[in-house]
Amino acid sequence: MRDIFTLSLIASTIRLATPLVLAALGGLFSERSGVINIALEGKMLAGAFTAAAVTYAADTKFGLGNASPWVGLLAGLVAGLFIAAIYAVSCIKFKADQVVSGAAINILMLGVPGFLSGAFFLSSGSTPQLPKDHLLPQSPVVIAITILLLVAVIWYVLYKTPFGLRLRSVGEKPEAADAAGVSVSRLRYSGVLLAGMLAGIGGAYLSIGQSSLFTRNMTAGRGFIALAALIFGKWRPVQTLLACLLFGFTEAVSIQMQGAVKLPSGEDIPVQFINMVPYVLTIVVLAGFIGSSRPPRALGVPYQKEK
Amino acid sequence: MKKIARELLFPLIAVIAAFVVGGILILLVGDNPITAYRLLLGSALSWPDGIGYTLFHATPLIFTGLAVLVGFRCGLFNIGVEGQLYIAAFATAWVGITLANRSSWILIPLCFAAAILSGALWAAIPGVLKARFGSHEVINTIMLNFIAVSLVSYFTQYHYKVPGDPILQTATIGPGAHIARLGKFVPGFPERIPLNLAFLLALLCCLLVYLFLWRTKWGYEIRATGSNPSAAEYGGISIRKQIVLAMAVSGALAGMVGINEVLGYRYRYYDGFSDNYGFTGIAVALLGRNHPVGVILAALLFAVLQHGGIYVDGFSENVTKDIVQVLQGIIILFVAAESFFKWLVGRGRPLPRLRASE
Amino acid sequence: MLELREITKRFGDVLANDHVNIVVKPGTIHAIVGENGAGKSTAMRIAYGFYTADSGEILVDGQVRDIRSPHDAIALGIGMVHQHFMLVETMTVAENIVLGAEPGSAFALDLKSAAAQIRQLSEEFKLAVNPSEPVEHLSVGQQQRVELLKALYRHARLLILDEPTAVLTPLEVEEFFGILRRMRAQGKIVLIITHKLSEVLAISDEVTVMRDGKVVGGVQTKDTNAAELARMMVGREVLLRVEKTDSHAGNAALEVRNLSVITATGAKRVDNISFEVRSGEIVGIAGVEGNGQTELIEALAGLVEPAQITGEMIAGGTNLNSIGARARRELGIAHIPEDRHRRGLLLDFNLAENSILGVHYRPPITALAGGVFLDDSAIRKRATEIIEGFDVRPRNAALPARALSGGNQQKLIIGREYHVNPKVLLVSQPTRGVDIGAIEFIHRQLVSLRDQGCAILLVSAELEEVTSLSDRLLIIHEGRIAGEVDPRVATLEEIGLLMTRGH
Repeated sequence: MRDIFTLSLIASTIRLATPLVLAALGGLFSERSGVINIALEGKMLAGAFTAAAVTYAADTKFGLGNASPWVGLLAGLVAGLFIAAIYAVSCIKFKADQVVSGAAINILMLGVPGFLSGAFFLSSGSTPQLPKDHLLPQSPVVIAITILLLVAVIWYVLYKTPFGLRLRSVGEKPEAADAAGVSVSRLRYSGVLLAGMLAGIGGAYLSIGQSSLFTRNMTAGRGFIALAALIFGKWRPVQTLLACLLFGFTEAVSIQMQGAVKLPSGEDIPVQFINMVPYVLTIVVLAGFIGSSRPPRALGVPYQKEK
Repeated sequence: MKKIARELLFPLIAVIAAFVVGGILILLVGDNPITAYRLLLGSALSWPDGIGYTLFHATPLIFTGLAVLVGFRCGLFNIGVEGQLYIAAFATAWVGITLANRSSWILIPLCFAAAILSGALWAAIPGVLKARFGSHEVINTIMLNFIAVSLVSYFTQYHYKVPGDPILQTATIGPGAHIARLGKFVPGFPERIPLNLAFLLALLCCLLVYLFLWRTKWGYEIRATGSNPSAAEYGGISIRKQIVLAMAVSGALAGMVGINEVLGYRYRYYDGFSDNYGFTGIAVALLGRNHPVGVILAALLFAVLQHGGIYVDGFSENVTKDIVQVLQGIIILFVAAESFFKWLVGRGRPLPRLRASE
Repeated sequence: MLELREITKRFGDVLANDHVNIVVKPGTIHAIVGENGAGKSTAMRIAYGFYTADSGEILVDGQVRDIRSPHDAIALGIGMVHQHFMLVETMTVAENIVLGAEPGSAFALDLKSAAAQIRQLSEEFKLAVNPSEPVEHLSVGQQQRVELLKALYRHARLLILDEPTAVLTPLEVEEFFGILRRMRAQGKIVLIITHKLSEVLAISDEVTVMRDGKVVGGVQTKDTNAAELARMMVGREVLLRVEKTDSHAGNAALEVRNLSVITATGAKRVDNISFEVRSGEIVGIAGVEGNGQTELIEALAGLVEPAQITGEMIAGGTNLNSIGARARRELGIAHIPEDRHRRGLLLDFNLAENSILGVHYRPPITALAGGVFLDDSAIRKRATEIIEGFDVRPRNAALPARALSGGNQQKLIIGREYHVNPKVLLVSQPTRGVDIGAIEFIHRQLVSLRDQGCAILLVSAELEEVTSLSDRLLIIHEGRIAGEVDPRVATLEEIGLLMTRGH
C-alpha cells in the first residue's frame, strides 16, 4: 500500500485532474447562473479538436514553431466559446429545454470533429501527431500552480466581485435579481460562455498538453465526470477542485496501479471498479446521503417574467 | 387529417433545415451536397442489402426511442437508456450461456425475461432515487450509464470471456437461444443479413406502447403525471408510483435491444456493441414527437442515415460518416428550439388560434 | 409626485386595469385598497416597470416618463417591496441589499462600506438588521426590513409596499407603522397596497379604492370610515339571488376539530379551526384570499403532507389524515379546486379524458378486460353526460381542455365532480373568471346537489355568492374563524368588516 503515494502517482493525478478541473469550473459558472450544463463533454471535444488542428496548422503552415501550442490553446478557447454560444442562444433566448439542447450539442460534437478531420486531414477522426516540443508545458508543478491560481481567481470572482454576486443571485432567485434591476439573461449568457471557454481550454489541454494529437471521442466521458465533480463539490470552487483531484486520482490509480491495490484475498481489484468510484459517489451525494446537496435553486428553469 | 399534418410539420421542417445546414458544411469541405445526400439516402433503398440493413439498424432505435418516449410522457428524461441496454444485453447473454443446453422453449422466454427485467430494474434505480429523494434523473442516469458499462465490462472480462479470445466478448450462447433471422422466412432474402424477428418484436412493442399509454388506466396515469402533476395528484394519482413505473417500463423497452443484439445477431455479448443507440433514441423520440408512430418514422430515418453513412464515407472525397452525427445533432437542436420555429412561422402568417369562440 | 393616468392593462381575456387614475402627493402615506383581483398589484407593478401598460401614462414629478423595467423605476426614485419577498435566501442581508448597486469597483465588492452604509440607514429609519446574517435565518418581519432597506439604499423617494402586513404579527405591525411614520417625516412617500381596512384607517393619509380593475373612489382617510370603505370595496349591483328553499340538514357529514395547517416553511396558515358540515346544507366560508382558505380546502382534499396537519378531519367515520387523496374520493369526497388550470384540469388532454380524472381507474371506465383497458364507450358516455348536462361549449369532447373558455372549463369540472354523486363537496372560488350566464347555472347546480343530500363546503371571496348560496356562513380571518353569521340577515358591511378586521 505504501507504493500508492509515489511521486509519479501524484504527478499523474495532477495531469489527469487538470482537464476535469477546467471543465468543472466552467460548468460552475454556468450552473451557478441557473443553466444546467450537460454539454461540457461537447465543449471539451470542440476545444480539443480545434486546439490540435490549429496547433498543427500553426506549426506546419505558418511555421510558428514553439508558439503554436499557445495559438492552439487560444483556438480551443474560441471553439468552446462558439459552441457555448449556440447552446446559450438555444436555452436562453429560445427557452429550449436545457437538457435536450445539451444532448444535441454532445451528439453534434461526436460527429463534427471527425467530419472536419476527414476533410482537412484525410483521417478517420484524428489529427496528425504533434512533435513533443510543440505541446503545452508538461511539468506537473507548472500545471499545478496554474490550476491553483485559476481556482483562486475563480473563487475571488465568484464571491468577491459584483459580477459574482449577481451571477449567484440569478441562479438562486432570478426574480430577486430582476427586481433589483439586474439583467438575468445577460448574466446567464456570461455564465454559459465562460463555461464554454474553460471547457474549451480543458479540452485543449487534453489534446495538446496531455497527449499530442486529437483522437475520435478522446474526452471519453470526462465532461460528465467533470459535471459529477461539480455536483460532488456542491457547486463550490474549492470543493469542486478537491472532487476533481479525487476523480483524477482514481483514474491514475486505475492506469498505473494495476495489481498494486489488492483485495484482502490477494486478488487485484479490477480496473472497472476503480473507474466506477466517481459515478457511485456522485449518485450517493446527489441523493443527499453525504451532507445536503443543494443545487442553485433556479437551476434548469428558463426565466420567464411571471404575468 | 389536418392534425396529423400539423404534427408532422415541425419535425419535417427540422429535418429539412438540418439537411440544409449539413449541405452547407459539406460545401465547405469541398464536396457536392447533392451527390453526398444521394449516396447517403439512396443506399438504403437497395434490395436486399439496403433495406435489410436499414431495418436491422432501425430495430434498436425503435426500442430506445420507445423507451425515451415513455419516460418523456411521464415528464422524465431517461438518458440512462444506454446503460440499461448494456445491462440487459449482458443479462440476456448470461442466461443464454449459463443455460446453454436447454431447449428453445425454456431458453427463449428466460432470455426475454432477463432482458426486460434487468433493463427495468436498472432504470427503476434512478426512478426510486427521484421518487424518494428528489434527486434529478438526468444526472443519476448518466452516472448509471457509466457504472453499467464498467460493470458489464468487468463481468465479461473476468468471468465470461473465452480464455485466449483477444476480443472483449463473452462465450456464445446456446443454440436454443437463437432467434430466427428473416432470411429464413422471406424468399430471396439472404440469412447473412442480421435482420431478425426482433424487428417484428419492435413493431409489436410500438403497438403495445400505444395501447399501454393511451388505452389503459396505467398509461392514463403516467401521461397525466407528465402533463400536470398537480392535477394528477388532485385526481388521486400517486406521483411517486408513476415515476418508478414509467422508468421501469422505459428500462424494459431499452432492455429489448439486447434481444435483437444477442439473440438475433451476435449470439454473444460483445463489449461496446452499442453504436450510441441510447442517445440516438433520444433524438428518435424527440423527432417522433413522443408518439410510437413518429418513433418508427424517426428510427427509419436515422437508420437510413446510419447505413448511408458508411457509403458516403467510402465513396465521397471529403465527407466522412460523421456527417450522420452532425445531422442528428442539428436535427435535435432544431427540434428543441421549437419555439423559434413557431416564431418564424408566426411572422409570415398567424398560426391558427386554438381557442374556440363562444 | 407620482401620477398614473388612464392606465389600461389586459392579460389575455382579463382586463386587469381599466383606465386607472391615481395621484400620489408628496409627503403622504397613500393606501390603495381593494379585494383580490381588483387590479391594485397590477397598477403598482406597471409603476415599477415589471409590466408595461397597454395604454396610459406615468408621470413622475409632473413629467411623463417611460418606465420599461425596474431599472428605470429605480433610477427615478421609485422602490418596491413585493408581497412575496424578492430576497436570495442563501445570501446575507448586506449582499441582498446591495445587489445590482454594489459599492466598490467591478473587481472588488466592497461589502465593508456596504455594511457601513446599511448601518447608517438602519439608524436613520430605525430598521434594525445585522448586515452579515444570511436572510434565511431572519424572521419575516426582519426580512421585510431588509426589503425596505433595499429600496432606501437606492435612494428611493417613493416606496410602494404590496400587502406589507400580510405576514406580520400584530406587534410587528405596530413597529412597522412606526417605520412608515418615520419615513414620512423624512420626506419619503409611501404607497401601501392592502385590503386591511383597519390598517388603512390607522396609518394612511389618503385612500384610493379599486374594484374590478377600476378606481371607484379616492378619499382623505380622516373623512371616511371602515364601513364606507368596505362598501366601496365589495359592493356591486346585486346579481340574481339564487332561488332556494331552506335546507333540510341531516347529520354531520364532515367534521373539522382543532385543525391547524402549517406550510413547509413552518408558517401557520390554518389556526385551530373547528366546524362541521351536515348533509343537505351549504356551509360557506367567506374571507379575503390568503387567510387560510386555500390551505384548509387542500388539507381536506388530501393534497397537503400529513406531517403539516394537526387536529382532526372526520368524514364517513374515518380520520381523513390517515388516508390519501384517492381514498378520500372513494369515501365520497369531491373537490372543485380553486385553481382550475393547475389542479382541476389536464389542459393538454381532451374533454373526454378530463371528464374521467379521478374515476379513471375503476369501473365503469375500466370495465373491459378485468380492469386494465379503458372502456371508450363508457368514457364517451360520461363525457357526453357531463358536457350536455352542464352546458359545456363547444360540445366537442375531442377538443383539448385548453381550448375552452374559463367558464366552460369550470362547468366541466363541476359536472365531473357532480357525477360521482359525492357525499361531501369541497368547492373553492367556483365562479372566478366565469361569465354571468355560467355563474347562474353553476349556482343552481350547487343548490341541486345540496338538495340531494350532499354536504357542501363553499369557499368564496365573492360576497354575493357566498351569502346567497350558504345556509350557514363562517368568516375566516388569518387562519381562524372570525365569526359565524346568518347569511339571510347579515349585511354586507358586517361581513366585510369581519373579513377585513377579524372581529
